[in-house]
Amino acid sequence: MQSSSTTQTNSKSAAPLEVHDLTVAYTKRPVLYGIDLKVPKGSIVGVVGPNGAGKSTLIKAIMGLLPVSSGWIKVFGKPFKKAVTRIGYVPQRESVDWDFPVNALDVVLMGRYGRLGPFKRPSKADKEIAMSCLEKVKMTSYATRQISNLSGGQQQRVFLARALAQESDLYLMDEPFVGVDATTEAAIIEILRELQAQGKTLIVVHHDLTTAPEYFDRILLLNMRVVAYGKTADVFTFENLQNAYGGRLSILSEVALSRARKKFDGDTRDNVG
Amino acid sequence: MREHFFPDFDWHTVFVQPWAEYGDNSFWIVLMGFLVSGTCGLVGCFVILRRMALVGDAISHSLLPGITIAFLLTNSRDTLPMMLGAIAAGITTVVLIEAIRHSSRIKPDAAIGIVFSSLFAIGIILISVFADKIDLDAECVLYGELGFIPLQDIAMLGGVEIGPEPVIRMAIIAVIAIGLLIAFFKEMLVTSFDPGLAASLGINPTRYQYGLTLFLSVVIVSSFESVGVVLVIAMIIFPGATALLITDRLPKAIWLSILFSLLYAVLGFHLATWLEASIAGGMTVIAGFIFGLVWMAAPKRGLLTKLVKRSFKRETTSP
Repeated sequence: MQSSSTTQTNSKSAAPLEVHDLTVAYTKRPVLYGIDLKVPKGSIVGVVGPNGAGKSTLIKAIMGLLPVSSGWIKVFGKPFKKAVTRIGYVPQRESVDWDFPVNALDVVLMGRYGRLGPFKRPSKADKEIAMSCLEKVKMTSYATRQISNLSGGQQQRVFLARALAQESDLYLMDEPFVGVDATTEAAIIEILRELQAQGKTLIVVHHDLTTAPEYFDRILLLNMRVVAYGKTADVFTFENLQNAYGGRLSILSEVALSRARKKFDGDTRDNVG
Repeated sequence: MREHFFPDFDWHTVFVQPWAEYGDNSFWIVLMGFLVSGTCGLVGCFVILRRMALVGDAISHSLLPGITIAFLLTNSRDTLPMMLGAIAAGITTVVLIEAIRHSSRIKPDAAIGIVFSSLFAIGIILISVFADKIDLDAECVLYGELGFIPLQDIAMLGGVEIGPEPVIRMAIIAVIAIGLLIAFFKEMLVTSFDPGLAASLGINPTRYQYGLTLFLSVVIVSSFESVGVVLVIAMIIFPGATALLITDRLPKAIWLSILFSLLYAVLGFHLATWLEASIAGGMTVIAGFIFGLVWMAAPKRGLLTKLVKRSFKRETTSP
């Protein structure tokens, strides 16, 4: 969509995310290599690729959770550690223990912790912000529910509310659409669009090829290296998908490409949520 | 023969006499028991949530070589060298477990078993080899005994007697635990629940992981005299585990764990008095009993509660 704004001041005008020649390895075997990426402000980037392509690894590397073998990552022109409060994170739903003794509001409040600093507890204002975030995902009435008593979709919405409570400029989301019901999927998309309208930048790991062209205006096709990256219409082609998925692109490809073609015809939003 | 298996239960000897005749002693012993299980339980809430219970067990066993080596080096049984030896042992344990896990295909549970049993064995060997030089009793380290804590050393504060030294020392550890809990509650909460999010918030999960491990070592070394390295794990796991069966909120679980610790100390003391047995043993039996009770009949999720509710539902919904 829009390229990064040039009217703003120095640090703000830096791209939300810039990755240069990034290589990440688990016990010497590289999982990602030679990744170059520049994400303009206000875009929704879908990270798409087969299993084991390194999609989650990329997200974790951006957040400094994994050691980087070579290359660098800059968030708003700075290393991750100096831009912490500008990043919001939605981890994969299975990555946490849902039996944990907290309720939905507690989880959303955690999104505020980054701004509190040491020794400080969430204030009344923080709680109000958390409640309004729960309202945005239509979960107000579940605020005091223990999180294991929520459905998968509701849990995902709590995670999304928590990311909203982080009030960040760049959001990293790891498979937010996995295992959610249609209502939740629609709710998530609505919020993504709203965030985009506010000038936030979103990077979303996604594995459903059929919906990818509808949801994202940019796509990063990943399979250990960048297969293709750019505007959805340019990237979502049969050759690129086949390059990324290899032989594994069979039944899916039919559906995906028919959807993709629809997108080229300019008929983009009719199937959303 | 059978009737002499257990001592006769006599209300007066079991519940009245300890307080009427040895009130002072009983008070300090029960207080010590409460401080030990309360502090262990407090740290234990997070140990359980982070699935570190087995690591806690490993640390407590590796304490044996830790304090033995500290004793051999300094030739004293003072708190500081013992504490440092225990902390060093605790860190060694955790580092070795992580190293084995990361650099081989051995899974964490097996790695824990390998590390703590070998360290523990080294401790046993050291104690037997240097038996004549060491004023440490393996049995004492293993089982501890609340009844034998030296109550005659009185700690003074500004010329005033405030209580037996070991009890005061444990009280200080308890106060530090509460202070740390208040200071770092939100960091501990978020790093336990979602380390990935914590990192994205600028809260380093590894730092808190090691911080907790370190403090766990301190708590264990402070407790082993009373309850021994084998049963200390009971004091770490039982209060929090029982509380988590009842409540859905962490702060409430912490309060409940303190309440349970008090019950263990008081009831365990009386059970031990009745059976003329180890107080730590008594406390642990009580802890196990209370856990069983709650597991069966907790208000929301107890096994029996669920059964009763289900049959009640069937009765009311069936035509």
